[in-house]
Parts: sequence; C-alpha cells; structure tokens
Amino acid sequence: MSQDIVYMDYASASKTDPRVIDAMLPYMKEYFGNPSSPHTSGLRMKSALEEARASVARLVNAEKPTEIVFTSGATESNNMALRGVAFRNKDRGNQILATRIEHISVLNTLKYLTKFGFEVTYVPVDSYGLVDLEALKNAITDRTILVTIGYANNEVGTIQQIREISEIVHSKNAYLHTDATAAVGKIPVDVLKDGVDLMTISSWDMYGPYGIGALYIKKGTRVEPLIIGGGQEGGLRSGTENVPGAVGMGKAAELAMAEMSSDASRLSKMRDRLIEGILKNIPYSFLNGHPTRRLPHNANVRFSFVEGESLVLSLDMEGIAVSSGSACSSKTLEPSHVLIAMGIPHVEAQGSLLMSLGRFNKEEDVDRVLEVLPRIVKGLREMSPLTPKEVS
Amino acid sequence: MYSQKVMDHFRNPRNVGEIKDADGIGKVGNPVCGDLMWIYIKVKDNRLEDVKFKTFGCGAAIATSSMITELAKGKTIEEALKITRQDVADALDGLPPIKMHCSNLAADGLKAAILDYMKKKGIKPPEGIKIESETEKCDL
Ligand code: FES
Repeated sequence: MSQDIVYMDYASASKTDPRVIDAMLPYMKEYFGNPSSPHTSGLRMKSALEEARASVARLVNAEKPTEIVFTSGATESNNMALRGVAFRNKDRGNQILATRIEHISVLNTLKYLTKFGFEVTYVPVDSYGLVDLEALKNAITDRTILVTIGYANNEVGTIQQIREISEIVHSKNAYLHTDATAAVGKIPVDVLKDGVDLMTISSWDMYGPYGIGALYIKKGTRVEPLIIGGGQEGGLRSGTENVPGAVGMGKAAELAMAEMSSDASRLSKMRDRLIEGILKNIPYSFLNGHPTRRLPHNANVRFSFVEGESLVLSLDMEGIAVSSGSACSSKTLEPSHVLIAMGIPHVEAQGSLLMSLGRFNKEEDVDRVLEVLPRIVKGLREMSPLTPKEVS
Repeated sequence: MYSQKVMDHFRNPRNVGEIKDADGIGKVGNPVCGDLMWIYIKVKDNRLEDVKFKTFGCGAAIATSSMITELAKGKTIEEALKITRQDVADALDGLPPIKMHCSNLAADGLKAAILDYMKKKGIKPPEGIKIESETEKCDL
C-alpha cells in the first residue's frame, strides 16, 4: 500500500498542529522555571502561562482569564466539574441531571457519585440525540444542584440547544456544566451567551497538545478542588503548572479563533459530500445524528446487515482510518451507548461508522472513501446471514 | 491487536456462503456483542464433506468462522464434535482476551450444525454436548 493513510478519526485522536509545537518548543528547550518563583526565570513562565489562559478565555468568551483552570485534560475537567460541584453543594440538594449520551468520563463519574448519596436522573434524548427540553423541565426539582449535558456529541455530532437548556437549569438555580470537548474550536462557543457555569475544554480536540485541558468555572461558582497541594490554579488544581502544555493549548485557541470559520465551512462541505455520497451509493445506509444541528467535521453513518469492527478493519486494509464509535467503547463488546440511548436497535447500531474529519484532511480523502466503501460494505453483506437476498 | 493468522482469515475468509441442500445448519449468536454465525454442513459417509459459513460480526468472528470450516472439513462427525474453542483460537495463533468468546461462537456453530444433522437423521447425540454461547456472559 503505497498510498498515504487517509485519517478520518479525529474524534479519537487528533494531530497537534505544527504551529502549536513550534510555540511550545522554547518552553521545553530554552525556558524553564517554576511559575510561582519570584525570579526572572519563574516570571517568564508565569507570564507565558497567563497569556495562554487569556487566549483560552477569549476563545470561549469568558469574562476573566481566571475563570479558566488548566487541568490534565477533558477527563480531569469533567471529574473536577462533577465531583467538585457535587461535594461543595451537598447542602443545597443531592440531585444531578444528565443524559445517557454523555462521554464515558461523565457517566462513570456520575456512577461514582451515587455511592455518596447523590441521585442521578437521566433526561431522554430523541432519535437525533437532542435533549428533550420538556423532559428536562419535568425532571428538574428544587433538589437539583447540577445539570451536565454535553455541548455537542463527539460520536454522532449533534449540537444541543444549550441556551434553552441553560434557561431551564437556571430557573431552578442549579448549575449547568457542559462538556464542550467536541465543540470548542470547531463551532463558536460563548459561555456568556450560552449561559453555562462550568465548561470542559479539550486541548487535543482543537489540535493542541495532549496532557492538558481546561475547565471554565464562572466566577462565584462553588467548586471543591480535586487535587490538593500548593494551591496553584486559584487553589482548584494544585501541582506545578504544565507551562509548555498551556502555551500549546493557548496557541491552539488562537489558531482556532482565527481559522474556525474557514475550517468549518471547508470541513462541513466535505462532510456533506461524504454523507450524501454514501447514502446515495450504498443501499440501506442511514445517517446517525441530526441532519442540520451537526458538528462540521462529523459524519456518522450506519449500514444494515454489517458489523462495525469488520468495517473498520476492512477500511484499514485500504489505508483508511475510521472508527466504529467512540474509541473508548472498543474496550467493551456492546455497541455505542450513544446510539442505544437514541433508540437505535442493537443490531443496527452495530453497523455504524464514525468518520471524523479534521484540519488536515483533503478533498481527495473523501473521494477515496467514497470509492472504497461501497465495495467493502457489499463484500461484508455477502458474508452476512442477515442480508436479504434482494440486497446482496 | 490481532495475529497475522487472524488477519489472513479475515482478509481471505475460506468457505464463505451457504450450502443449498445442507444436511445440518447451526445458527448461533452472542447476545452481548450481538454477533451471529451460521454454519452449514454437508455430510457423506459420516464425514463432513463440506462446511460453509455466514457471519455477521467482528473481525475475530469472521476469522474464527473461516478457521472452523477449515478444521472441520474432512473430519468424521465424532472428530468434529471434539473441536473446542481453544483449538480454534490456537489455530489462529491466539485471540485477544476480549475476543475469546468469538472462538466459542465458532465451535458452537459447528456443534449446533452437527446436532441439527443428527436430529434430522434421528441419531442420538453423545452425552454432554452443550451450546454455550447463547447464554454466555461476556463479563470482563
Ligand atoms: S465480538 Fe462477539 S463474536 Fe466477536
């Protein structure tokens, strides 16, 4: 296989932008020092850290840079938001609302919280993955302290009506946390307009480095720290700061601000060409997720009568990297919990293919997938006992 | 994740398809992963003259189906009934732990096909032959 690999799995792991790496290098090769030290070496690190914080704050329109807390990544941010708010606000109530399409780090943290007397109520989503606002209104009570709903779903690409959700949540004086991992840097996100209290921000999802992430915490929100120590990050996240990481994430945020709209219009055109090409040329293929409220880089399609892993392996043999769902779900045997929560039958959900585009994809990549995929699906269908005679 | 043998059988599966006038058909599935396997056998003079499969499932499910058809072809009914999931996995140079149940599905599919044949012929199956995968739990 002499061809280059066609990479369409940016939802599982993304490439760090070379410009980000260039920005980080001096902070690994030349500069060092503890940002808490009063000498010049320390102060240089401190000011780089604060500049990065300001860049991330600008990207999501936070009022103050101090509302951004750097963490080790989105999983830690989700943990900090959920555990931090729950434990700190126990006196106000014990109910937390969520959906079943949240990321595994949210779902498992919620499960953990139930051991401490917190009660988690799951609000249903419709067949597109959109939160049912009426059901949310009915589920929220005076005991609700926190609602956590992802800004946009990483797997099926559906973008929630966060503004409307926020109004419902705030009418009961609960906090709204949103895991915006899949959204920040891809679509405009504005914490003030959207009315969120806490927001998880990923670095690598927006072509920044791994090992760093952030949590936006609106000023005045009551949160207990997860990691106790020297009181860095406003006392919320102790440990000597990861300055090179923060600088990289800050640079990624700057690039996102400058390039988001052009990236999005280019990628959404490629996405649409991919989806339309597949639905047109492969019988019994269906779009997963919302047709219009959709992340610009997400194409998730399911094929009846075939199974996802064999699709992924077959495409890999053609030099195409895609996913059959969330990267985390490949550790279990069950199909995507997101698709199941959307009411898609088990056997149908099994045949899903997630193609997530990124900044480094080219038009030819779409051509290549459209060229190869029909043959692969056909081959697997010929092998499948589920395929009706008229299809194979 | 998979051995070269597995990938070889996935890439070029042997004996795919149906046997139109099969003497026995085994249809098995794993309720957790949802994968399905159908094994067809043709018997002549107490030997498996032909074995074919159709599978809806993961890479390992396809590779184990392919492998079991190879292992079973030409064997007597008695010999074929003795093929275990371990035999299938070993013949493929091993499977990842989470995928061991796929080899069980293949071994069960063959057993089910033979039992179906025996039933049709009114032959009493030997003691202790069980189809496990239908009720198998895939706890990890
Ligand atoms: S994952 Fe269940 S048969 Fe392969």
